[in-house]
Amino acid sequence: MRAMPVGAHALLVELDSGEEAEALHAELLRRRATGDLAVAEIVPAARTVLLDGLEAPLRLAEHLVSWDVPPAPARAEEVVEIPVRYDGPDLADVAAHWGVDEAEVVRLHAAAEFRVAFCGFAPGFGYLTGLPREVPRRATPRTAVPAGSVALAGPYTGVYPRSSPGGWQLIGTTDTVLWDPARVPAALLAPGTRVRFTPTAAAP
Amino acid sequence: MSDRALAVVRAGALTTVQDQGRPGHAHLGVPRSGALDAPAAALVNRLVGNAPEAAVLETTLNGCSVRPRATVTVAVGGAPCAVTVDGRPAAWGAPVRVPGGALLDIGAARAGVRSYLAVSGGVTVEPVLGSRSTDLLSGLGPAPLTDGIVLPLGRPAGPHACVDAVPHPAPPTELVLRVALGPRHDWFTDAALTALTARPYVVSSASNRIGLRTEGPTLERARPGELPSEGMVLGAVQVPPDGRPVVFLADHPTTGGYPVIAVVDPADLPAAAQATPGTPVRFAAVRHRR
Repeated sequence: MRAMPVGAHALLVELDSGEEAEALHAELLRRRATGDLAVAEIVPAARTVLLDGLEAPLRLAEHLVSWDVPPAPARAEEVVEIPVRYDGPDLADVAAHWGVDEAEVVRLHAAAEFRVAFCGFAPGFGYLTGLPREVPRRATPRTAVPAGSVALAGPYTGVYPRSSPGGWQLIGTTDTVLWDPARVPAALLAPGTRVRFTPTAAAP
Repeated sequence: MSDRALAVVRAGALTTVQDQGRPGHAHLGVPRSGALDAPAAALVNRLVGNAPEAAVLETTLNGCSVRPRATVTVAVGGAPCAVTVDGRPAAWGAPVRVPGGALLDIGAARAGVRSYLAVSGGVTVEPVLGSRSTDLLSGLGPAPLTDGIVLPLGRPAGPHACVDAVPHPAPPTELVLRVALGPRHDWFTDAALTALTARPYVVSSASNRIGLRTEGPTLERARPGELPSEGMVLGAVQVPPDGRPVVFLADHPTTGGYPVIAVVDPADLPAAAQATPGTPVRFAAVRHRR
């Protein structure tokens, strides 16, 4: 674990793995909930957790490295199920990368249980880990990816909450609303949420 | 709509509704947003008797014109500019009474970039996640103003300030940004670290509410490869592959993959919001304090 000051009020904690980052994130949330830790934002990412809005980042850094951080506890909440039509334009490319047929890509994606490692890129966009194999981004990003596109890139899968440019491989479509500011909570997926994708028949 | 409303006659180049933003949602990918020159927004709110969290209008370079349906008190601050009511000169940086139906014009900035208009009662568009701010990165909050739209106003909260003149900082002729190195300064060569604080930069015309872009010496990386996405703070000085530092402002993305060489003291960011393209920029190194 390495803790680096970020300006005068933040600390970036770097871990050796995504699992360690997940465990530290859970521990930070626990300590904030009990009132042990005063911090405005806790932002997990691939290998790091950012703590923003701290009174004394360097003092926390000294404490932090001596913390005994248990593995992230198993989450009690229900798994979020997202129905998917596996009709994406990049299904064949992903199958070719993996050396399998398209049906096997669907089977692998729908069989895995994913977890939201972190959010970013757009409100409600979660980077989900749990993919059994990796896949490169597209060489040329699309200027417009439709909302609801289920996509893969690197070790992650995710769902575009709204239409935006993007370079991920599109394998399917969902009607599930990922982000609705009028809903509480607005984001369907938050860091730590468990997710499964369930295949539905393509529209006639 | 009731007569507590403001008709937009001339929206200007880019005028948005801004308040103190929506911090606390960065872990969901939601930028903080909010007025870029926050002290100027707070001051105009105070001048018209609004609470600090009331929403104001933030203009960009060429002002805007509005017509209140009922008599209101307004104040214009931030970038200095001409203010007129039905064509007659009115005060900048002080409370001004605008009769219902009169045309309030906020002229082009004489210096600086962003003028702020507070109206008694505040702009009361529907909040999103607790804020009325327009977030130009993710599209949250109301769309930028367009000619002809009508904005709702709240009830005035209190009497306007009884002052003739209040001190406003002048827009910068040279922008000095105090920076603390890190967290990813070790991704850059020693020559790049020296260049950042020793060589001159200027504000680029590609700057916006997401970031203050600069032109100047390119900062060379000491190591190749990509950084896995990590959390970003306000004031982060991110260095994209072109090597030219970008200072993150209110609408910045919450995570990013380009290394952050240093972080600007937030106290220096209001001046950054008022620095016109071509303004010299100097990054001044400060130590991390305990």
